[in-house]
Amino acid sequence: MADEIKKEPPANFKVTIDNITIEVTPGTTILNAARTIGGDVTPPAMCYYSKLQGSGGKCRTCLVEVAAGSTADPRPMPKLVASCRTTVMDGMIVKNITSDKVKDARAGVVEFLLLNHPLDCPICDQAGECHLQDLGYEHGKEGTRYEFKRRTFEKEDIGPYIQLHMTRCILCYRCTYVADQLTDKRVHGILDRGEHAEISTYISKAIDNDFSGNMIDVCPVGALTDKTFRFKNRVWFTKPVDAHRDCENPKCCGKTTLWLRGDEVFRVTARKDQWGEVQSYDGKPGWICNTCRFDKKKTTDWVIEGVTKINRHSVISQGKYEGLVMPKETIQEVLGGRSPRLLMDIHTESEVNKPTVHLSEINGPAHSDTFNEGK
Amino acid sequence: MQALTNRAKTVDRKPMTLLERAYLPAIFKGMSITFGHMFKKAPTISYPEKTRPFSPVFRGLHILNRDEAGRENCTACGLCAVACPAEAITMEAAERKAGEENLYREEKYAARYEINMLRCIFCGLCEEACPKDAIYLSETFAPANFQRKGFIYGKEDLLIPNPVTEPEAYAKAKGGRVAVK
Repeated sequence: MADEIKKEPPANFKVTIDNITIEVTPGTTILNAARTIGGDVTPPAMCYYSKLQGSGGKCRTCLVEVAAGSTADPRPMPKLVASCRTTVMDGMIVKNITSDKVKDARAGVVEFLLLNHPLDCPICDQAGECHLQDLGYEHGKEGTRYEFKRRTFEKEDIGPYIQLHMTRCILCYRCTYVADQLTDKRVHGILDRGEHAEISTYISKAIDNDFSGNMIDVCPVGALTDKTFRFKNRVWFTKPVDAHRDCENPKCCGKTTLWLRGDEVFRVTARKDQWGEVQSYDGKPGWICNTCRFDKKKTTDWVIEGVTKINRHSVISQGKYEGLVMPKETIQEVLGGRSPRLLMDIHTESEVNKPTVHLSEINGPAHSDTFNEGK
Repeated sequence: MQALTNRAKTVDRKPMTLLERAYLPAIFKGMSITFGHMFKKAPTISYPEKTRPFSPVFRGLHILNRDEAGRENCTACGLCAVACPAEAITMEAAERKAGEENLYREEKYAARYEINMLRCIFCGLCEEACPKDAIYLSETFAPANFQRKGFIYGKEDLLIPNPVTEPEAYAKAKGGRVAVK
């Protein structure tokens, strides 16, 4: 008996997730084990962020069923567990999409998350890259059973760069972890409890830390959005390209995604990996500083590497033609060097995308006077 | 050479029969068909004076809708533009300022909204995509013109008259179509 207890644990734990067996190091969470497999097996996560310590365990979207705890104790766990917080055991059998219980529970969680979430996706700048939209489509139910008033908050201005929409917040706490771990001084957190819990800067202090902009990237919904991009364009009409610059800030990685419209830089974000998290370089997450994100809005500030790869199922890939080869223009050859007579120049007729109005150079959202100047 | 289809007919080069050579029977046959049409109902109508009834699913020129208070429904969400197979719709959004609440229903609105009617194929996908009840295809034909200039329809061309200030024009623009459920 004593020998058995003292038996060395194996160097790697074998864990079976949806009938796929892999070996992971002890201490790995079920979610991260599933991420090494990838694909549909991976539970979705709204609050867990692998680059932020202590995140996770709040949203419950990553619930999985543990059909067998371990080889030593093969009893199933009585309740569904949050896979981002539960570490694997040797011989553990996990069911994610193969379990009806999990599917049902996840649909319930989505319904809970959407209880107070406003359906203002047509207005929200996050639409198109919103994790809650994806979650709702993939795991939610159609329709709502909620009949009461949705929670509302007084609008709060938290600075010139970040727009806070508290009604859209799902209280994942990711942004407060960014404030805690990335910026030197945390000035915002969660106030009040339960229904009334809200993210706020303490006494409406502006967030002027150099890395506070990363809150926008970690926010899974549209609660924190880029004020310099606000209402300028929809994400799927802008073209993402990978770019970098030598940033003076030693903590900033300088590798970003620019969201272009023609030659105008509408928005700068950190690069995202396949889980929608900030990409890591040499094991370090590639956070970017506020100067890179908010102030460098010219293509000349950046070295453009190439078009960002976008999943073709994403709406962002709409209207973008990969591997497009323009056919050779032969009309001038045929006409003996003459150009054809232009019957209409679209810029003389159209009011949209006027060469005189540069939306990317305006700091905040455009207003009626932006367009009516000179009228 | 192998025929491309099985419907190809070889030319008949047989000499004409007596009846065919007489020429007049065929002439009279043709004349009788022409004459017979005089007693049939004309399939055409005199268009500008008379119009045909529209099908309930007719898709004509677009209108941008307003709500009962006369505020614009469109929030420039871009779903019509992304749904448009002809890429005819373009827009620019702006934030509603304080004091403009009676003009626009939502916080964001389309400051510029254009449909290039030269590109539009009147498929109605924009109408289907719209989450805000903002764009509809009306019972109006797109006009014809010798020039391309006037076919870029801006917001002033597309917006439905304000139901508060111009109720008659609004009712006329709404048309007689009843929603099919």
